[in-house]
Amino acid sequence: MQSFLKTIPAIAIFILLTSGSAFAISDAYKENIYNPGQLKPVDSTLKVRVGEPAPEFTLPSLSGEAISLSQFAGKKNVVISYVPAAWTPICSDQWPGYNLAKGLFEAHDAILLGITVDNIPTLYSWTRQMGNLWFPVLSDFWPHGAVADKFGVLRSDGIAERALFIIDKAGILRYAKVGDINRRPDLEELINALDKI
Amino acid sequence: MKKLRSIWTILACLLTLPAFLEAEVAPPIEGGKLPDIRLAIPADACYQTYLGVKGDGTFSLPQIKASVVIVEIFSMYCPHCQREAPSINDLFSKIQQSKKLNDKVKLVGIGVGNSRYEVEYFKKTYSIQFPLFSDGEFIVHKQLGEVRTPYFIGIKILNDGSHKIFYSKLGGIADNASFLKLIQAQLTK
Repeated sequence: MQSFLKTIPAIAIFILLTSGSAFAISDAYKENIYNPGQLKPVDSTLKVRVGEPAPEFTLPSLSGEAISLSQFAGKKNVVISYVPAAWTPICSDQWPGYNLAKGLFEAHDAILLGITVDNIPTLYSWTRQMGNLWFPVLSDFWPHGAVADKFGVLRSDGIAERALFIIDKAGILRYAKVGDINRRPDLEELINALDKI
Repeated sequence: MKKLRSIWTILACLLTLPAFLEAEVAPPIEGGKLPDIRLAIPADACYQTYLGVKGDGTFSLPQIKASVVIVEIFSMYCPHCQREAPSINDLFSKIQQSKKLNDKVKLVGIGVGNSRYEVEYFKKTYSIQFPLFSDGEFIVHKQLGEVRTPYFIGIKILNDGSHKIFYSKLGGIADNASFLKLIQAQLTK
């Protein structure tokens, strides 16, 4: 009984740390952001392995052009940023931050591909609030989440994980991080991973 | 049985605690006071001089050596904050160039949900000269009622060390000239 009582402070700290929202919404989105609340941090199992070739894919982009992973082979390192869904709190500020961090990606000879499982019209209206994004935004809408599923980042409710992948110029997966869907990934960690390529 | 009941009581309290903690903290109100926001004293000696704080602990905003402090709540991930940055630099530069204002008016930024690395990147990208602080775990953000960004707060520090909020608004500062007049009016009160 006493040992149980001793664990109560630990339970209290856990509840305090895991409770509540952890995002700041830009006024750029006004009242248009839907808050899904706290979600299960990770709800899928990776199907790709660091050190092995990344699966090839071709997806439609906002510009109308179809983009394939293989078109960057030998030319650019590729960072893939999967975000769960348009018009949700954390996703809505992650890419504007990467937009500002363009210089950091360029310094590592890397292109960024932003992907969600939303359709093109949704992605169009959502990303227009972010300013002019320098990187392609791809739609993995149909067949629904097929590329996300290839990587093992399609959740059971049909949205994607908050995941980052780095694929080098030889097409080898060098970094894979499926983070807590409720938190924005740390930019420094991503840049440190690019430093190692 | 009594012990079991008390355990259930404790657990019930713990489970409802977040709801109480999150019980609608309102954004700062003009005419009111700031919550006790603690920021780390910057390591940079120039910033220590600018703010009038020393040591390696924390300080609160009303401890800044100034008559008026303008606080920008921003995020490097916020498109409006990015667009607003050059205009805030212009405001800072106008304050610094004015002999009437530069000793009395200080500007600080708090990057909500931004790590130190992210705050530094924002600062470097826009060549921001005034001190920026990281609120990586949203502690200050929660104290301020989780306001959207950018959000600006102006406080007047009174002679007795107390303070009063004279400006608390969501969104960028539309017109720096008018805002400077508002600041000057606080100095003559």
